[in-house]
Amino acid sequence: MTVTLDAKIPAGPLADKWDNFKADEKLVNPANKRKFKILIVGTGLAGASAAATLAELGYQVEAFTFHDSPRRAHSIAAQGGINAAKNYKGDGDSIHRLFYDTIKGGDFRAREANVHRLAQVSVDIIDQMVAQGVPFAREYGGLLDNRSFGGAQVSRTFYARGQTGQQLLLGAYQQMARQVGLGNVKLWNRTELVDIVVVDGRCAGIVTRDLLTGEVRSHSGHAVVLCTGGYGNAFFLSTNAMACNTSAIWRAHRRGAYFANPCYTQIHPTCIPQSDEFQSKLTLMSESLRNDGRVWVPKNADDHRPPHQIPEDERDYYLERLYPSFGNLAPRDISSRAAKRAVDSGRGVGPLKNGVYLDFSDAIGRLGKAVVEERYGNLFEMYERITGENPYDVPMRIYPASHYTMGGLWVDYELMTTIPGLYAAGEANFSDHGANRLGASALMQGLSDGYFVLPYTISNYLAPWLNKPIPDTSHPEFAKVEAEARDRFRQYLSVGGTRSPDWFHRELGKIIWDYCGMERSREGLEKALGEIPALYAEFQKDLRVTGDAESVNQTLEKAGRVDDFFQLGMVMCQDALVREESCGGHFRVEHQTEEGEALRNDDEFAHVTAWEWSGDPTRPIEHREQLEYEVVKFQTRSYK
Amino acid sequence: MTTTLTNLTLKIWRQDGPGDAGRFETYQIPEISDEASFLEMLDVLNERLIGEGTEPVTFDHDCREGICGTCSLMIDGQAHGPQRGTATCQLHMRKFQSGDTIVIEPWRASAFPIIKDLMVDRSAFDRIVEAGGYISADTGGAPDANLIPIPKPVADAAMDAAACIGCGACVAACPNGAANLFTAAKVTHLNLLPQGQAERFKRVEAMVETMDEYFGSCTNHGECEAACPKEISIDVIALMNADYRKAKFKNRKALSRI
Ligand SMILES: Cc1cc2nc3c(=O)[nH]c(=O)nc-3n(C[C@H](O)[C@H](O)[C@H](O)COP(=O)(O)OP(=O)(O)OC[C@H]3O[C@@H](n4cnc5c(N)ncnc54)[C@H](O)[C@@H]3O)c2cc1C
Ligand code: FES
Repeated sequence: MTVTLDAKIPAGPLADKWDNFKADEKLVNPANKRKFKILIVGTGLAGASAAATLAELGYQVEAFTFHDSPRRAHSIAAQGGINAAKNYKGDGDSIHRLFYDTIKGGDFRAREANVHRLAQVSVDIIDQMVAQGVPFAREYGGLLDNRSFGGAQVSRTFYARGQTGQQLLLGAYQQMARQVGLGNVKLWNRTELVDIVVVDGRCAGIVTRDLLTGEVRSHSGHAVVLCTGGYGNAFFLSTNAMACNTSAIWRAHRRGAYFANPCYTQIHPTCIPQSDEFQSKLTLMSESLRNDGRVWVPKNADDHRPPHQIPEDERDYYLERLYPSFGNLAPRDISSRAAKRAVDSGRGVGPLKNGVYLDFSDAIGRLGKAVVEERYGNLFEMYERITGENPYDVPMRIYPASHYTMGGLWVDYELMTTIPGLYAAGEANFSDHGANRLGASALMQGLSDGYFVLPYTISNYLAPWLNKPIPDTSHPEFAKVEAEARDRFRQYLSVGGTRSPDWFHRELGKIIWDYCGMERSREGLEKALGEIPALYAEFQKDLRVTGDAESVNQTLEKAGRVDDFFQLGMVMCQDALVREESCGGHFRVEHQTEEGEALRNDDEFAHVTAWEWSGDPTRPIEHREQLEYEVVKFQTRSYK
Repeated sequence: MTTTLTNLTLKIWRQDGPGDAGRFETYQIPEISDEASFLEMLDVLNERLIGEGTEPVTFDHDCREGICGTCSLMIDGQAHGPQRGTATCQLHMRKFQSGDTIVIEPWRASAFPIIKDLMVDRSAFDRIVEAGGYISADTGGAPDANLIPIPKPVADAAMDAAACIGCGACVAACPNGAANLFTAAKVTHLNLLPQGQAERFKRVEAMVETMDEYFGSCTNHGECEAACPKEISIDVIALMNADYRKAKFKNRKALSRI
């Protein structure tokens, strides 16, 4: 039976909701804040900004990361930039426009009130990051520079060379480091959350494993915030860092937090294709390259000539052919699917025939090598370092790859999950991007959640708990959860099979990629729902983990993460199966127009699907949150 | 196009834990594609070791894009290996030849104790940042971002220094195990910016003195600059030293007024 989830959206007109919330929420007075302990898991943009801010406010904060230092979180790898409705260019940007672009970019599957708040606080983020010393790009007059990004007609993206994520994360990390130095944040590095503890229906704390000693221990707190990033590595190959995983949110899910829209995943069109079977990850090449590069494949599937020997009339510039008005700049989901179709038709290029060309020869002819070098020099260098090919002479080869996950833990307007006292922020929640995320909006959301949303909403939950006892780690539930965690890790070690966790991860990733990747069909998803449990059964019988549980054991860590990816994979496919429409990153072949474009079904699917754990990953329980649009009107996206 | 390297010999440092003496062990890689990255070559070795029931080689890595600073290998005596301006994870096997013997060690520095095999503890870097590698600006009170124009050359120079990925290659390459390039890169980033001026001298003093608690002292060898995957210039050390000297003077004067 489906229940309608209540997002607790404040009353009033859209533009006033956030102010109304702040006017009405319960507060904790400054002197009482130190009586509350908040556990923050994950120290990427969302976690570091939340930890710093909550500590500044006076709460006791403990922050956990499996990395050796908070500065290594995956946020560090973001390249392109961060959006904000500053309208510094005077080109017509506004809070409303950023809100609208984000809702439309998300293909009308995000919650209006959250997205509007995101657009509102976006302007404060830039102020805060500049105050932290983030060296954003500047114009000669000394003011901040902006660039434009996909899905927007204004220039609202702030950037720091090709290293925006790095500079933002270092800013948030330094702000948190100050609080660590002052003794207001206790930092637990190389410490992995392995479970959540729920007592009397409320989140009472977490259980962690020390990655150096294997020690499993409990931590209690008044509230727990998961800022543990996305699950794009479910596909094995992705642009995510190697250690990104779903375990924290998955373990929370198993304890009662609903998992929303797991099938909304973003596949980025311009990544370097896989070169051999040992490939461990894929590297993103910035989307900006499509401004000057032309995408093509040979017309003939058996064309084995090197690219420069293929004459113009035997090339298929398929994006220009199919989408004459947007051409090579068609949006991410559309370009990705077109590349897949070209490769599936046997016309892929490169030694493994698994890519398409992104060709700069016209641009070099038109603009000269110097201009192309000035625009893209660092990207060309990176490409050459990885592939050994020089893109000034030979066209680049690109192919889509898993990049970002819009799905995540279901949260209400206050970022609280369905477990009271447990919050999720950043990529770990599902809240703001609907079925597709626009470029430069994830950094914005992570910092919005951590700096400007949670610090307000969390007091609303905490205030009534003032001076009331909460269960500490001597409560028997902690001992029980600890014992379960120890058993689980011991179990991985005792299987004594023949295959490594990586081997299973790679095989699992292939299934999810083939059937729940860029194109999904009922038939394929049903097949995946047969194959994943079968492979999972093999994992449980044939896994081999060497070493022990009492010292550093990267194979053991990996085993736990792969276990959780298996269970998540089943729910992803289930979610893709019940969503009988195409929207954003979710493309069901049964639901397309005659021209092969996505066909949404607003009458039946303008809702969030949130899954409840039933004890069996093949049988999750479905819940829904209906999306009510007060301000925006449904529209069909067209890029012809 | 793709070629296969054959017959590589790896001499890898294996150490069971912090207390273990450690030793080199030799492994053969009969063949590997030159398209593989250096770390993928180690992945292949580790898959094989697990298959044989032995413990794989422990090493730190994450983004594999040269930005997180997690990877950290001494390859044939060079921090991050033979390719200039390249972190270990960005190094590819095409930089090697069939028949090569490759020696792989962890960072070696007294401030970076070995945890296991090739994994070391670099948390002393975090202690330096906690001591002062920040601008004290609590969330919420920031003025509009365009209120303080920053000349482009200043912003660019700050960005050059801020590009540090905190990998520790500079320390590993330094004969004294000094962390001056790391510390000076952060000092330079923040001390060049107008927002960083209020705490300029307090910052440099606190960071340098914390650095000295953990790391060796700089004698201007310049090995750090050559090893840095982000090619951060040694000039930042001169700026830090100058600011430190001024700080000692100014901060003492300020104190004497209390
Ligand atoms: C290559 C690339 C480029 C990108 N470029 C852009 C861009 O230009 N603009 C943009 O807006 N977005 C971009 N994105 C997306 C964006 O970087 C991420 O969505 C965002 O940084 C996520 O931040 P986060 O704080 O939610 O999580 P993360 O930064 O992933 O941090 C997760 C944290 O959780 C910790 N953690 C996880 N699990 C556990 C556990 N079980 N126990 C303890 N700790 C745990 C980790 O140690 C880490 O500290 C890009 C993404 C990729 C892959
Ligand atoms: S693994 Fe991130 S820099 Fe090498």
